[in-house]
Amino acid sequence: MLVLIGIVIIIAGFLLRFNPLLVIMTSALATGLAAGLDVTAIVAAFGKAFNDTRYVSIVWIVLPVIGLLEAYGLQQHARSLIDRMKGATLGRLLTSYLLLRQLMAAVGLTSVAGHPQTVRPLVAPMAEAAAEARNDALTDDQREEVKAFAAATDNIGLFFGEDIFLAIGSILLMKGLLETYGYSIEPLHLSLWAIPTAITAFLIHGFRLRRLEKRMRKREAGA
Amino acid sequence: MITLDFVYILAGWTFALFALLGLYDRTNPKRFGNAAFWGLLALSMLGGDYLTDFQNGLLVLALVAIAGTGQIGRAPGGEVSAEVQAERAARHGNFLLLVALIIPAVALAGTFLFKYVPGLADPKQATLISLAIGVLIALGVGMARFKPPLLLPAQQGRRLLDAVGWAAILPQMLASLGAVFALAGVGEVVGGLIGGAIPQGSLFGAVLAFGLGMAFFTMVMGNAFAAFPVMMAAVGLPLLIKQYHGDPAVIAAIGMLAGFCGTLMTPMAANFNLVPAALLELKSPYGVIKAQIGTAVPLLAANIVFIWLLAF
Repeated sequence: MLVLIGIVIIIAGFLLRFNPLLVIMTSALATGLAAGLDVTAIVAAFGKAFNDTRYVSIVWIVLPVIGLLEAYGLQQHARSLIDRMKGATLGRLLTSYLLLRQLMAAVGLTSVAGHPQTVRPLVAPMAEAAAEARNDALTDDQREEVKAFAAATDNIGLFFGEDIFLAIGSILLMKGLLETYGYSIEPLHLSLWAIPTAITAFLIHGFRLRRLEKRMRKREAGA
Repeated sequence: MITLDFVYILAGWTFALFALLGLYDRTNPKRFGNAAFWGLLALSMLGGDYLTDFQNGLLVLALVAIAGTGQIGRAPGGEVSAEVQAERAARHGNFLLLVALIIPAVALAGTFLFKYVPGLADPKQATLISLAIGVLIALGVGMARFKPPLLLPAQQGRRLLDAVGWAAILPQMLASLGAVFALAGVGEVVGGLIGGAIPQGSLFGAVLAFGLGMAFFTMVMGNAFAAFPVMMAAVGLPLLIKQYHGDPAVIAAIGMLAGFCGTLMTPMAANFNLVPAALLELKSPYGVIKAQIGTAVPLLAANIVFIWLLAF
């Protein structure tokens, strides 16, 4: 029971808005001590895990390219493309991106798009431009919501597409764990069962994107 | 053969350059903190494999100390003015888009190339290696066409990374915390608690506990992978599979997706939820989570119903 202290520290730390890095380190130390480890062993375990998971942080190497392109007007260009496309509404734009992201993830192409690679330079400015095309007085809060939905759409497309791919980590984890229980199951069998949820995710989020688009317009009428 | 080490070296030199440029940025009152932070990260990328586990741990403690005492900041401004950007956008037009699409296109092509032509690069890391190659090609093409000052990409990249700040290593920190939790056996304890809380004799009750438990435990750990073995051991295997004879493939596949609904709702999944908020310069760090809850909750309900309908 005592090892749960780490979870309590995490939840309290996030709620009280302490610096998350401090909260994580405190939680790791408290959990390790509660489990009877000494401080050196905890620091070493944390250091080993940090070194083993460096691939998580390499995505930042795209920033010099994104910075260069933004300095030469990429965001403005992405916006002007949307302005020229008369049919490109906010809902249609983000729904198309959702579908594209789900399909690419379903064939294993998960790192092809993402927040630094596609959302910040392309999808978010395009979504803003599509919202502005119908509403020339977007408030700051509306602008925030549009950008947040651009990021949310990327996540949802990724999560509910990737498990359709046979060789993704989560499918292999499931296969491995079920095998230790004595059930031998083909990866294809697991990945097919991800399809009903993928379709449902598309319908639910697509519906919410349509409502977002209407909401962005309605406030204009009231303003 | 190209391995992930190539990507680590590229990332290491990128962070080292950011650190160096940060050190000489006198407009940033916290330039020493920034330089130390990105410099240590560069050291981790370049030399992490040569350090002992304990030394790597000390490196992390130093990163936390710098960030936790507020020694990281960002210089005001630094972006190219909107007028200049608009004028350049009109001049370069679709070429900008083309360069931006080089990165995903090379990532895509390289993934297939390295998988089907063995010996060129580590096939297990094909996409990450291709992504790095795509970055180098895009940078080369962009430099050749725009002819910017040599350090402009690094300076602008540094400005973007400073906007993200310490949150840039939050995902890696949380992944490491997960390793300590595993070492301490946190999963077994939580699984035991949830397993004990299920009403006896109700199939739907057991399915509900499994789905909600996956989502909740994923929210706590920030990762459905950590929640999955725990919930399978506590509820999935003994109740759903053994007692009620459910289809293990359905229970596992859709149970994992119920966990993903939890990922959409937690700040612990920093790389998906907090980092984009910083990258898009949103006022609220929880803006992305707020946008996701309306999809995650009904989808979680749908997953629970799917397990109930399809597995039994």
